[in-house]
Amino acid sequence: MSVVTPTSPQMLASARRSRWNSPGMRRFRRHKLAVFGAATITFMVVACVFGPMLLPYNDTFIDIRQRFAPPFSGSHILGTDPLGRDILARLLMAGRISLSVGFSAMAVSMAIGICVGVVAGFYQRVVGAALMRFVDAMLCFPSIFLLLAISALIEPSVPSIVLLIAMTSWMEVARVVEAQIRSLRTRDFAVAAVSMGASNTRIMFRELLPNAIAPIVVAATLNVAHAILAESYISFLGYGIQPPTPSWGNMLEGAQSYLTSAPWLAILPGAAITLAVTSFNFIGDGLRDSLDPRLDQR
Amino acid sequence: MSGFLIRRLLQAVVLLFIVSMIGFAILHLAPGGPLSQFAASGDMTQADLDRLSAQLGLDRPLPVQYVEWLWRLLGGDWGVSYRDQQPVLKIIGAHIGPTMELMLSSTLLAMLLGAWIGILGAIKRYSLFDSLATIGAMIALSIPTFWFGLVIIYVFSVGLGWLPAGNRYTVGDGSLLNRVHHLIGPCIVLALVSTAVWSRYMRSSMLEVINQDYIRTARAKGLSERYILVRHALRNALLPMITITGLQVPTLLSGALVTETVFTWPGMGRLFLDSISYRDYPTIMGILMLTAVMVLLGSLVADVLYGVADPRIERNG
Repeated sequence: MSVVTPTSPQMLASARRSRWNSPGMRRFRRHKLAVFGAATITFMVVACVFGPMLLPYNDTFIDIRQRFAPPFSGSHILGTDPLGRDILARLLMAGRISLSVGFSAMAVSMAIGICVGVVAGFYQRVVGAALMRFVDAMLCFPSIFLLLAISALIEPSVPSIVLLIAMTSWMEVARVVEAQIRSLRTRDFAVAAVSMGASNTRIMFRELLPNAIAPIVVAATLNVAHAILAESYISFLGYGIQPPTPSWGNMLEGAQSYLTSAPWLAILPGAAITLAVTSFNFIGDGLRDSLDPRLDQR
Repeated sequence: MSGFLIRRLLQAVVLLFIVSMIGFAILHLAPGGPLSQFAASGDMTQADLDRLSAQLGLDRPLPVQYVEWLWRLLGGDWGVSYRDQQPVLKIIGAHIGPTMELMLSSTLLAMLLGAWIGILGAIKRYSLFDSLATIGAMIALSIPTFWFGLVIIYVFSVGLGWLPAGNRYTVGDGSLLNRVHHLIGPCIVLALVSTAVWSRYMRSSMLEVINQDYIRTARAKGLSERYILVRHALRNALLPMITITGLQVPTLLSGALVTETVFTWPGMGRLFLDSISYRDYPTIMGILMLTAVMVLLGSLVADVLYGVADPRIERNG
């Protein structure tokens, strides 16, 4: 509980330590996490794309004599589920769905968020205020309540789930972009573009937007993490991706009832979600530090 | 101050108005409609459906329905549940207690734990503890709440047998001890995310304060480190945390819904899920509006209290 006082001998030790702990080193350490995250995501994507082709079982094959096989016990590496389907094969196929839902929902929500943010930041008066109040209002609904309220009312399919998640997660992006555009539009280069007679659309999307790219990239990375989590939540609650299409969330849907007899049913998909989401968060954090070194002061 | 308060309240009312329109639009423009449940069951003729629809006012234009609904909402008439024919307000009232119990207890836990981790991390900046806390917070924010709940049940209920696996109390035993025993599991699960958030903000807030001149002055006066930390630094570092607590309301509510589902906790989140599977529109609308009000109140209280606690803040927004 001691803080190094200016006169204490600990100061020497801390001075020696500080080279190791300098902001540069710290950023590097952070980046190691980001590198770890990027490597994990790459590995997961490659495994989900090519893995199923290399496995002896496909994800729908029912091995009736080997129901509830625990992991590492027989021919099924990660065991089987209550129907006797291979868990590893299902995890990989579910990964295809969950990761693509994550990436596609991010793309759609970035598109909405960027458009709203750019327009609101550029036309500040009535249009901007109205758009941003709409953003504020949307953010008043706790995300899961909003997701569920809409998801129960639509026909669940992969594209509709993607749209659903995008519809409920573009607001943060819009806020980030709006703030950027608002501060950029008074800069000299923007004023110059106006005086040269550039159209509003051109100024918004060709002049201002490219200059706001750093925070957008960070927001996009964190958005993927959010989308993967959102998919897992609504699928777990039964309103997301519907079986037999596997997703990491719906693999967990029935798992609670087998917690005593077959805990691996619950542990494995959840671990996959956590690993993927953590990796994206690490990448986002690393990107934020490297794209904006000022934040490192904290 | 009062000018700020009035302006802020007006903003909240305008937001609430937009919120109500969004909620109403979502639920009524979606295909399926309030009567799809009855239509799908097959034991009602089209004439029955039409009559029911007229009875519930669903055949009128949407704007008319909206205005009537809003008017009744303001008058305290939140409608009658399609499912059990009880007033919505009464049903919500019966479920909000357990949710509040869960949210308040886990907020308390997260505050204590998060503040402790954050302060220690700030004092021993870049130590092993600090690095682990940083990574740990990031992982905590990435774990799906429901999965963490399953892991807690697996370890502490199935494995060690220390905690009950669900429900608010054992039937036939409603003693305080029994209730607390049931609360521990869901409370820990819900507190995970808030603890991570708290520890992060506490750490940066503490770091900011520690580097201020008045802390240096206090050191120069020869005060003990502990005294400086507790009396000078902690007091000021805690200020921004008021805001964080208020802004955590939406996250807490979402987390509570999931936690309640995993632990069969009879709260508002489970009521919402049940209402959704039954397409019980009045209840869904009621809960949606109530959560939005709670979120708005959270940010309002955060703003106002922050100004009260720190007179240096200037109000011109």
